[in-house]
Amino acid sequence: MTNPQSAPVLKVVDLSLRYLTRGGAVKAVQDVSFELAEGQALGLVGESGCGKTSVANCLMRLLPDNAQLVAGQVLIDGQDILSLTEDKIREYRWQQIAMVFQAAMNALDPVYKVGQQVVEAIEAHGVEATVSLARERVARLFRMVGLDPALMDRYPHEFSGGMRQRAVIAMALACDPRVIIADEPTTALDVIVQDRILRELKGIQQQLHMAVIYISHDIAVIAEVTDRIGVMYAGRLVEYGATEDVFRAPLHPYTAALMGSFPSIAGEKRVLANLSGEPPNLIDPPPGCPFHPRCIHATEVCRQEIPPRVQRGSQWADCWHPLEESAVPESVEAGEV
Amino acid sequence: MEASLAHTPSAETERLVSVSGLTRQFPVGRSLFRRATSFIHAVDDVSFQLSRGDSLGLVGESGCGKTTVGKLLVKLIEPTSGHITYRLPGLDVGEGTENVPVESADISGGQLRAFRRQVQMIFQDPYESMNPRRTIYDTIAEPLAVQGMGTVLDRVDMVSEILMLVGLTPPATFLFRHPHELSGGQRQRVAIARALVVEPSFVVADEPTSMLDVSSRTGIMNLMQQLAHGLGIAYLYVTHDLAVARYMCHRIAVMYLGKIVELGETEELLRNPLHPYTRALLSAVPVPDPGHRREPPNIVGDLTAPIDPPARCRFYDRCPLATHHCRDNPHPAFEEKAPDHWVACYEV
Ligand SMILES: Nc1ncnc2c1ncn2[C@@H]1O[C@H](COP(=O)(O)OP(=O)(O)OP(=O)(O)O)[C@@H](O)[C@H]1O
Ligand SMILES: Nc1ncnc2c1ncn2[C@@H]1O[C@H](COP(=O)(O)OP(=O)(O)OP(=O)(O)O)[C@@H](O)[C@H]1O
Ligand code: SF4
Ligand code: SF4
Ligand SMILES: [Mg+2]
Ligand SMILES: [Mg+2]
Repeated sequence: MTNPQSAPVLKVVDLSLRYLTRGGAVKAVQDVSFELAEGQALGLVGESGCGKTSVANCLMRLLPDNAQLVAGQVLIDGQDILSLTEDKIREYRWQQIAMVFQAAMNALDPVYKVGQQVVEAIEAHGVEATVSLARERVARLFRMVGLDPALMDRYPHEFSGGMRQRAVIAMALACDPRVIIADEPTTALDVIVQDRILRELKGIQQQLHMAVIYISHDIAVIAEVTDRIGVMYAGRLVEYGATEDVFRAPLHPYTAALMGSFPSIAGEKRVLANLSGEPPNLIDPPPGCPFHPRCIHATEVCRQEIPPRVQRGSQWADCWHPLEESAVPESVEAGEV
Repeated sequence: MEASLAHTPSAETERLVSVSGLTRQFPVGRSLFRRATSFIHAVDDVSFQLSRGDSLGLVGESGCGKTTVGKLLVKLIEPTSGHITYRLPGLDVGEGTENVPVESADISGGQLRAFRRQVQMIFQDPYESMNPRRTIYDTIAEPLAVQGMGTVLDRVDMVSEILMLVGLTPPATFLFRHPHELSGGQRQRVAIARALVVEPSFVVADEPTSMLDVSSRTGIMNLMQQLAHGLGIAYLYVTHDLAVARYMCHRIAVMYLGKIVELGETEELLRNPLHPYTRALLSAVPVPDPGHRREPPNIVGDLTAPIDPPARCRFYDRCPLATHHCRDNPHPAFEEKAPDHWVACYEV
């Protein structure tokens, strides 16, 4: 499915974003860079507030008023969308890059028929010449996400949570985007429905050869649906690489701690590591490595200087003392709190 | 279903809670001028037992009745039919009756106060159980005052002590804060402290970590386990996450539309799931290992609500194994198909 040779469809270079607030500037995204090829799926993981949605919003160029793009480029097929005018960006958004928003299930307008909302998205971008062609397209999209096209003329309240989420995915697919961002697409759903939706998304991704960015706090979901993973901490991408490599042998102590704190129904039952402490305040992040106050490997240099990037095979991480390949996942004494 | 001595390794006297044939229905479509003609069978003929220090995970999809079971157990609501009996300290009705089980429905007066001390519930959203205008000290000391435990002076020490136990240290820096001055994880710790400060025997924890981030979630799960173990508290842990239930509980009960369809020791149930719904549920759980391959869950159709369900197996419409026998007969009995492993299915 993945062709590492193909040119990246998406290239993010040194992206930095802040939110201006009364308490100061929130450094929500700091020097984030990565690339994504056609047909690839990237997972962005990290604790709440680490900047995952902010990265996605930059990629969509849908930013709240108090957001300030400090630096960086977001290149889609070589075109920097951050430098486009408002008019031009409208052509890009949804046609080149589309997004399934966090809590999107509630995003459907309750007074319009679901199918009509997708038809309007298509018309707004002039993708189909006539309404009947647009309706045909919506019927195709509905089938693609596992919805009966007969449901097009129903209202959102007649849909279950899982059906609404499918409709929102159909809407994101409406204009054949090359990149799709799915922000916690299944978080509010039961596992059986989640499983179906994730399988459908994966099938569509392979069929259409799209690039997909999954954002999730659930590393199990990311392990299953992605081939690249990016771990974010305090606004920074701290580790990146092939999903299998990062899961097998994380370089960054934060990645290891995060993975060690998830229970699983498979394998031996083990004690979960407590990731003690809380993520830093992004108005005044700690100097040096932002993870140092919580890191069990931290030394003096970590507290003072930004860590260098270390590379191993497909992976890189920003850390002064990267973990050895053989290192077992972080484990903490049983029950230590 | 018989109220048998199901899946309980320990002696009769060690049994804390026995639930048999527990049923709770809610009327639907009732209005001022209309009597309800339909009912949601939220909890339908459920039976299980819990012993001292035991832990049972109650899992299942949204709306299957988990929270309703929890509320019935702590007497927040009353059953439509069925029995819950408790054997708890302070519930005895005089000399020599310490070990006589007491019916939930008969608990009243002074007994009710003892009950409210022995049985606690922790909610999904700690905000629900906390008054935003009251300090942490007030929140935790209130049940002590209601129970008449300690003098006013003692209570400051008691609250400080429990704050240390739940990892909110130093206590002095937390005592006089308000809920909005705490993180989600810290608030859930306060909720746990409030539940445990009266030294209960039994706690119902209703998805206490589902609203928390990874880091605080693990801390809370480890804390719950450690405290329950240290203080000999039995708990019912309600969750939709099987991996969490595995981590937290000795046994797991799987619910589907108001029925417990399978109950067994945790590792046995995960290794050897017998009910077709448990199998589907297990195969839908993502595994944090990119090398792991999962088959799609074998289940058809979508989840519905148990409104006036037909008198056949509750899983019939979605079951890959359903037969004519399943269609023409009532919901199958809950039977011990392997040692301490209970299942309700004709085909197992
Ligand atoms: N409009 C805003 N104004 C000020 N701060 C904001 C704004 N939006 C987000 N933030 C802050 O920016 C940081 C990053 O937020 P973001 O929503 O990107 O995180 P996230 O990783 O998506 O978190 P979650 O997993 O909770 O969705 C957080 O500290 C957040 O509080
Ligand atoms: N007070 C009530 N009035 C009417 N119906 C109710 C009431 N409480 C619960 N129900 C219904 O009973 C069923 C079981 O609800 P319950 O809250 O116990 O499910 P749950 O398993 O806890 O679900 P979740 O995982 O979503 O919390 C649902 O169909 C619900 O809509
Ligand atoms: S740089 Fe230092 S503090 Fe940061 S993750 Fe690496 S070892 Fe830990
Ligand atoms: S009794 Fe029949 S319908 Fe019910 S779960 Fe078993 S096989 Fe399926
Ligand atoms: Mg987000
Ligand atoms: Mg519930």
